[in-house]
Amino acid sequence: MPLTYLDEFRSAPHVQRLLDELNERRGAELKIMEVCGTHTMAISRYGIRQAAPRGITLISGPGCPVCVTANADIDRFIEIAMLPGVIATSFGDMLRVPGTRMGLAEARSRGADVRIVYSPLDALKMARDNPSKHVVFFGVGFETTAPTVAATLLEAHEQGINNFFVQSVHKLVPPALEALCSMPDLDIDAFLCPGHVSAIIGPQAYKPVAEEFGIPCVVAGFEPVDVLQSLIMLAAQVDEGRSEVELQYSRGVRPDGNPQAMALLHSVFEPADAEWRGLGIIPGSGLTIGDRFSSHDASVRFQVDVSYSHEPRGCICGEILTGVHTPRQCKMFRKVCTPDHPLGPCMVSSEGTCAAYYQYED
Amino acid sequence: MKTERGGKNILLAHGSGGRLTQELIGSVFRRTLSNSILDKMDDSAVVQLDGNLAFTIDSHVVSPLFFPGGDIGRLSLTGTVNDLAMAGAEPLYICAAFVIEEGFPLDDLERIVSSLGLAAGEAGVEVVAGDTKVVERGAADGMFITTSGIGLIPASVHISASAARPGDAVIVSGTIGDHGIAILSKRQGMDFQTEIKSDCAPLGGLVASMLDASRRVRTLRDPTRGGLAATLNEIAAASGVAIEVDESSIPYRSEVRAACELLGLDPLVLANEGKLVAFVARRDADKVLGAMREHAYGAGAVIIGEVQESEKPRVYLRTLLGSRRILSMPTGEQLPRIC
Amino acid sequence: MCLAVPAKITEMENQIATVQVGGLSRQASTVLLPDAAVGDYVLIHAGFAISLIDEEQALETIRLFDEMTGGMASGGGGA
Ligand code: SF4
Repeated sequence: MPLTYLDEFRSAPHVQRLLDELNERRGAELKIMEVCGTHTMAISRYGIRQAAPRGITLISGPGCPVCVTANADIDRFIEIAMLPGVIATSFGDMLRVPGTRMGLAEARSRGADVRIVYSPLDALKMARDNPSKHVVFFGVGFETTAPTVAATLLEAHEQGINNFFVQSVHKLVPPALEALCSMPDLDIDAFLCPGHVSAIIGPQAYKPVAEEFGIPCVVAGFEPVDVLQSLIMLAAQVDEGRSEVELQYSRGVRPDGNPQAMALLHSVFEPADAEWRGLGIIPGSGLTIGDRFSSHDASVRFQVDVSYSHEPRGCICGEILTGVHTPRQCKMFRKVCTPDHPLGPCMVSSEGTCAAYYQYED
Repeated sequence: MKTERGGKNILLAHGSGGRLTQELIGSVFRRTLSNSILDKMDDSAVVQLDGNLAFTIDSHVVSPLFFPGGDIGRLSLTGTVNDLAMAGAEPLYICAAFVIEEGFPLDDLERIVSSLGLAAGEAGVEVVAGDTKVVERGAADGMFITTSGIGLIPASVHISASAARPGDAVIVSGTIGDHGIAILSKRQGMDFQTEIKSDCAPLGGLVASMLDASRRVRTLRDPTRGGLAATLNEIAAASGVAIEVDESSIPYRSEVRAACELLGLDPLVLANEGKLVAFVARRDADKVLGAMREHAYGAGAVIIGEVQESEKPRVYLRTLLGSRRILSMPTGEQLPRIC
Repeated sequence: MCLAVPAKITEMENQIATVQVGGLSRQASTVLLPDAAVGDYVLIHAGFAISLIDEEQALETIRLFDEMTGGMASGGGGA
């Protein structure tokens, strides 16, 4: 049978053996943070948190680029979406995320033409098919997604599709990890690093985290055996007093990442400071559209008033992400902030720490 | 409706009650759906029934109107037939009301009504009354169909969402998520080159053979909107029990699984239109399963879990790792995601 | 974050590949992976191939698992 690269990494006997091995560990308590929404989903879907031995706690970090999108950015996109003649396009995950006054779903109900796409190329096609409309794409995502948007912008530029615009709120993972590491109360022993981000930027991007901050990193795949094997590798690093960047997801990640994608990303975007929902501004952690492509930059093309924007008040996601507080210590938890009316990223993401507490403790 | 083709279109006058309305009823509806009750064309259909009646109604809106494996006509007939069947009733009579957008192609209307008629024939029901309204362009998305239906429940049958008991086996009649993916794959931007067919089918016959096999079928539900996740949660709440499902036993078509991987969708939340979930007393489970597998629409039936005693109504999934996780009530619509 | 799925390239024309996942096929751009060729397995994210899957590395990982489980599990794919 040919490899499918999925089922082979979901085999029950392998999972069982890896779990056994993890259970044999007798080291100290271990707090491992995953910083990738897809890891969060996999951990939840396969019940890895429940299956992991007592001494190992898995914490969800700010790993979902959608969930960490700041109110101000969402408000801006919504204001643009409300302008006449605009088709606002976005990935589906964005629909759930609230802004200061409303989220995208509500904007749509108030008449904005909001369309969900699977790929930025679908948005570009919409622009080609609707020359009399302005098609604006909400550029959300980490280093995995940013090159796909860069390639789309380049194509729009080369083909002279002048009614295609991007609002770039892309975010970068390493600066955010380093910001987390610099927080004084950080209580994390190891990072499970995002496999698909690393497929672009390469595993060496986490070197400062491992070497300067002394926190072990393993770049992990997304199938259950990948995650379990990575946990074993992280535990071994901690137990042996090492802190290195190791690559578990070797079938998907080249040692130097994807240089072509990186080159394309850098030719279109420039690094900038960015605001993360619940975490505040992290220097150098965002991407804005470079001058060459500014005619496709939605924030240049559309002037909208978002002076009413403010970040959710009372949210302590920053402390929750760093492991300092639990959701129960948040005054908003359950009373104001619920899965149906989320405030911070930990509740916006259905697998976020606050959402998980909400679900499992009622 | 944005497109207009060469053929004739529905005009506002077709819904005005005048000659055009009569023409439309004669040439499209009566011709296709004819039966002795409908043909009388009285204001009300008169039928004779004796016993416990099941009576239900459902509105159908779907985009696109034609999808692989069905269309809004077949969907609106099977939807109501299945609601009756899930009460253990033998579906008998259907009423259908059509709200049509001005400019709708007459050809398409004919196709939809004839598909509704074919599904009625297959389900063994008669469409005994109907109504047509035409609304101005823009006031409806092509067409909406509301159907209501009546069925007769055999005296010894007592099926209810609140009847599941600890120990009961949970059975699904076949692969999950087909309809949801069939619809999604036709939306703009999905561009799958593989056709995934909706499972849209009437389930009255399947239910009848299950009830022939055992009267210990306690609960039946068709997992339509909200999928298996919503249905199981509804039943857990109504019966005050926990339901534990073994994730690896849930059947999926490989294309549906692949589409879910690609688009980041949870197949347990996707709609089904020709599947049912049955809760059956453990000792009769194999008998019922055998009867289901004899039937075309139950050939892929499997036991996926069991009912457990619990203080809190809950649905649990037993994962590949052997751990239990909560399967919660779905929130919001299912959309392609990137993370 | 970042959902990406392994898919096999079955056709290719002008940096647009036809890719297959579990019997399902659709198109994906290979602009970010110019060296990709028909027959390759790639990771697909948001309609783009973003990384080539290394078969040798995959087999090596599986071999390690197999060793750990005493060779009792073929893991569904031996080749
Ligand atoms: S409960 Fe809500 S407001 Fe409080 S920390 Fe969590 S996400 Fe923020």
